[in-house]
Amino acid sequence: MTPARRRIITIVVGVLLLGGALYLGVMHTHGGWAGVDESVVEKFSKQAGRPAQKPLINTDQGDLLLFVFLLGGTVGGFVLGYYFRSLFGSKEQEKNAPDA
Amino acid sequence: MTKSSNNAGATANLGATAKRASFASAAVSWRQCTAAQTTLSRGIQSCRGARSVMLAAAGLLALLFARPAQAMHISEGILLPQWAGLWFAASAPFVIWGVLAIRRRRARQSKYMPMLAMVGAAVFLISCMPIPVPLAGSCSHPCGTGLAAILVGPAASIIVATIALAFQALFMAHGGLSTLGANVFTMGVLGSLVGWSAFQIIRRLTGSILLGAFAAGLLSDWATYAGTSFILALGLHGQESVWSLFQVISLAFMPTQVPLGVLEGVLTAMAYVFVSRRRPELLLSPDAPQGAKP
Repeated sequence: MTPARRRIITIVVGVLLLGGALYLGVMHTHGGWAGVDESVVEKFSKQAGRPAQKPLINTDQGDLLLFVFLLGGTVGGFVLGYYFRSLFGSKEQEKNAPDA
Repeated sequence: MTKSSNNAGATANLGATAKRASFASAAVSWRQCTAAQTTLSRGIQSCRGARSVMLAAAGLLALLFARPAQAMHISEGILLPQWAGLWFAASAPFVIWGVLAIRRRRARQSKYMPMLAMVGAAVFLISCMPIPVPLAGSCSHPCGTGLAAILVGPAASIIVATIALAFQALFMAHGGLSTLGANVFTMGVLGSLVGWSAFQIIRRLTGSILLGAFAAGLLSDWATYAGTSFILALGLHGQESVWSLFQVISLAFMPTQVPLGVLEGVLTAMAYVFVSRRRPELLLSPDAPQGAKP
């Protein structure tokens, strides 16, 4: 089996396994996909009489939080990609390097 | 005879000059062509680079866009002021240690700051990326501090975690400003120190950086959640004993965090082995393994 074929088979099997696990999880789970801050931290804090308060800058309003996460993801992803490239370079650069 | 030979010689000279001129113009146009090709190939390379960066960013965005993070940070106002103050005081010396360590490393290692910026961005993204765990039907996120600790050192990893947590508390309704000290202590201090220690111990025992990095990711994640459970138990126990409440909260975290810790271990091992193979000199520092091999 050629390496390219093996890679394709690995990717297909991986995608099928991940998709199957997600499908089974979504269909047979009744947890509602709450975060552990809601299902654990806030649950115990409410029981103790100290529920969570609103944050100082409350972006958890409508789609505002989605926008903030999108913005954070964009900036974070750009910074990560920019410095990754400056440190590791591209595959073409690695092949053309004098010591390669 | 002489005249005709002179004429022939002049014609030959003219021919040679014309040839030289045509060669020279051909060389000039060849150089221009080569320069144009170089510019074009640079343009194509930069386009490819931009495309790969855009693809990476799009992938991360797709993951982040799915749902706002609902994760383990202790939310605003949960801890009493005295407990919140105590955890600020407990974290402060470690933050100062981190700042001093970064200053020292920056002076010694030229590529340290780009590495720190890259790791900082990675920790920020990892720690606000909710991952659904089908077994538990809930979401949580990895911490990334185990990876940061073995890449840039445990002291710098605390600063990276502090900055990421401060941004999340300020703008992402994730964690809280009053509980920032507690969150820095669990994710930054405990996550970094446990991850770094696990890496050192496992690497020395087994000689494998793959296993060491896996243990760093796994144990830093679990230590962070154990720390969160302990802080919550200490602050909220009331009439109940701290130990029993700690056990109850830890058990509640387990179905989500046990598989997520394994995932973080795998990701940490893959990332560390990648860096050690591709740019091992980035790891050669007093806070990182010297000449270790996977």
